[in-house]
Amino acid sequence: MGDLMYKYDQYDQAMVDARVAEFRDQVRRRLDGHLPEEAFRPLRLMNGLYLQLHAYMLRVAIPYGTLSGAQMRMLGHIADKYDRGYGHFTTRQNIQYNWIKLEEAPDILADLASVEMHAIQTSGNCIRNTTSDQYAGAAADELVDPRPYAELIRQWSTFHPEFSYLPRKFKMAVIASDTDRAAMRLHDIGIQIVRNAAGELGAAFYVGGGMGRTPMIAPCINSFVPLDQFITYAEACLRVYNRHGRRDNKYKARIKILVHELGKDEYTRQVEAEFAHLLSQNIEPPLAELERIKAQFVDPPFETGLSDDLDRSDPDFALWVDNNTVPHKAPGYAVAVISLKPVGAIPGDASADQIRVMADLAERYSFDELRVTHAQNIVLPHVRKADLYALWQVLDANGLATANLDQIGDIIACPGLDYCTLANARSIPVAQQISQRMAAKEQEIGELKLKISGCINACGHHHAGHIGILGVDRKGVENYQLLLGGSEGADCSLGQITGPGFDENGIVDAVERVTERYLGERQQGERFLDTYRRIGMAPFKEAIYG
Amino acid sequence: MVDVQFRFRSDEPVADPGVTVDSFGEQTNAAAVRLEPGDEARDLLPHLHRLRLVEVNFPVFGDGRGYSAARILREAGYNGELRAVGDVLVDQIAYMRRCGFDSFAPEHPLDPADAEAAFKRYAEVYQPTTDGRSPIWAKRHG
Repeated sequence: MGDLMYKYDQYDQAMVDARVAEFRDQVRRRLDGHLPEEAFRPLRLMNGLYLQLHAYMLRVAIPYGTLSGAQMRMLGHIADKYDRGYGHFTTRQNIQYNWIKLEEAPDILADLASVEMHAIQTSGNCIRNTTSDQYAGAAADELVDPRPYAELIRQWSTFHPEFSYLPRKFKMAVIASDTDRAAMRLHDIGIQIVRNAAGELGAAFYVGGGMGRTPMIAPCINSFVPLDQFITYAEACLRVYNRHGRRDNKYKARIKILVHELGKDEYTRQVEAEFAHLLSQNIEPPLAELERIKAQFVDPPFETGLSDDLDRSDPDFALWVDNNTVPHKAPGYAVAVISLKPVGAIPGDASADQIRVMADLAERYSFDELRVTHAQNIVLPHVRKADLYALWQVLDANGLATANLDQIGDIIACPGLDYCTLANARSIPVAQQISQRMAAKEQEIGELKLKISGCINACGHHHAGHIGILGVDRKGVENYQLLLGGSEGADCSLGQITGPGFDENGIVDAVERVTERYLGERQQGERFLDTYRRIGMAPFKEAIYG
Repeated sequence: MVDVQFRFRSDEPVADPGVTVDSFGEQTNAAAVRLEPGDEARDLLPHLHRLRLVEVNFPVFGDGRGYSAARILREAGYNGELRAVGDVLVDQIAYMRRCGFDSFAPEHPLDPADAEAAFKRYAEVYQPTTDGRSPIWAKRHG
């Protein structure tokens, strides 16, 4: 694996190997008729295997979104060998394949295990893949690299004997910068690594956030948990939820409902009581384990004395640099974001060939490292500025140089009714139409995050979109509601519905009218979200409904 | 009463049927109790000295409250028999074992070979529980 990320030792490898054997056995029992579908279902789900509208879908975990070139290349290999030559990167920094055969799923898991990967707990009512800041280890504004803490959580949560049949799924995110790039407060548990007045590192716990049909922003229940009590505190949070979270109604079963119904103070009181008890149980890994993990997330050997100058004579390249690169902590380096949102394409999709190209580029230009973002793009975290032009030329030749990071064409969309059994409406065609309609104005509009969900489960994060779109079923016809003013960042806010919904063409028109009104109203330097917050909903309603 | 299919204890099994948590407090001669998912396991803690069997019912396999109940009892020092009953499936028994269950009375008997494989599947564990197995981090840091 890459030299600068976590590497499995014999124990980690033994765990994923045992899982492959177990799942092979479960599939055998299913195929020979010993295991009925109803009993197989929770087992395949905990291995990320869903039965979708047309075929099985396999979701592969990419812990905290970090990959090596070899791992990325394996994802391309799987797309070719077991799927239809595509993979779909998801909002949990994972990848999923939509055309999987049940009998081949164990072989895929074996292929993944050969590069220290797995599909463990990518579904089911258990602790899911822990996400993190996609610029971890590279961002100029981070306190520390948050990924060692996420890796500690990965190990603690893997095959947790008490928390594998929770009331509902459970999602955690870890960040270590005040700029929240991981939608931390929209998670069941969001953790921010912070430093206290004494100079010590600790973890701030935010519990009970989430999207879905009842979106909530997580309150902070403890602003400083010492690092040598970090896992114990998480265990206490989970135990209170496992015991008291609602199980009578799956739509009220997420921890956000428990925290809301008990109230933050009462939930916190119960957690603190459980925490006090659990401290006597010695379940916390020693700090030496955190140090062991940290030692594997070291800085790459950055060259010193590099220039920050760029030759911007190629205007297409200059535009891409302006839109798709992010400041790096090391002089002479940049974070490069590869948009998987070309105009009119399916958000987050990449072909096997593109996946391999990105793997090659990571090895050549980014110290063998890639990241998947929750906005369904790919990051090369450590690129010398002097290499950006050569990098961009390869991306451009492979349909990967769309210069639209965080712009209206950089849409988050769930798979929607084209693939998903839960969806009420299609998401992808709406994303494609908006992307095409708005392409010419995209640069003028600037930052505008648009997010589309095909049902109220909100996998497309519509509540957190500057513009959000929610597809619903209205008397058997697809109908799209429009929301404005959401944000997933440190200024976290939930979007408000504009009014009556639209059909497929109407929603595209409505989005266009919103952007036109914004361009008419905006003051110097304002993003769409800033203008919305200043002038409110009314002018936009007027523009839409007239 | 469903037969116990797997038992990891050498003492004599308790023959009495488990009483409900509500009546257990009053029946001072009862040695066996049956916990339903909504019962408060900590209500039993004052009575651990006279308890020899706790049956934890799983009415549906997806209701995981019994895992927490089991750990709470073991963490409080309960040494008697802890039996998983109800909708207990082969793919859950290893987790149950880790949480402190030492006997199993599944409503639908399990395939013995599948169950044996399941109990032994994972040679290593990431988390410490009261089952005495050493977690991976302890092995790493000797």
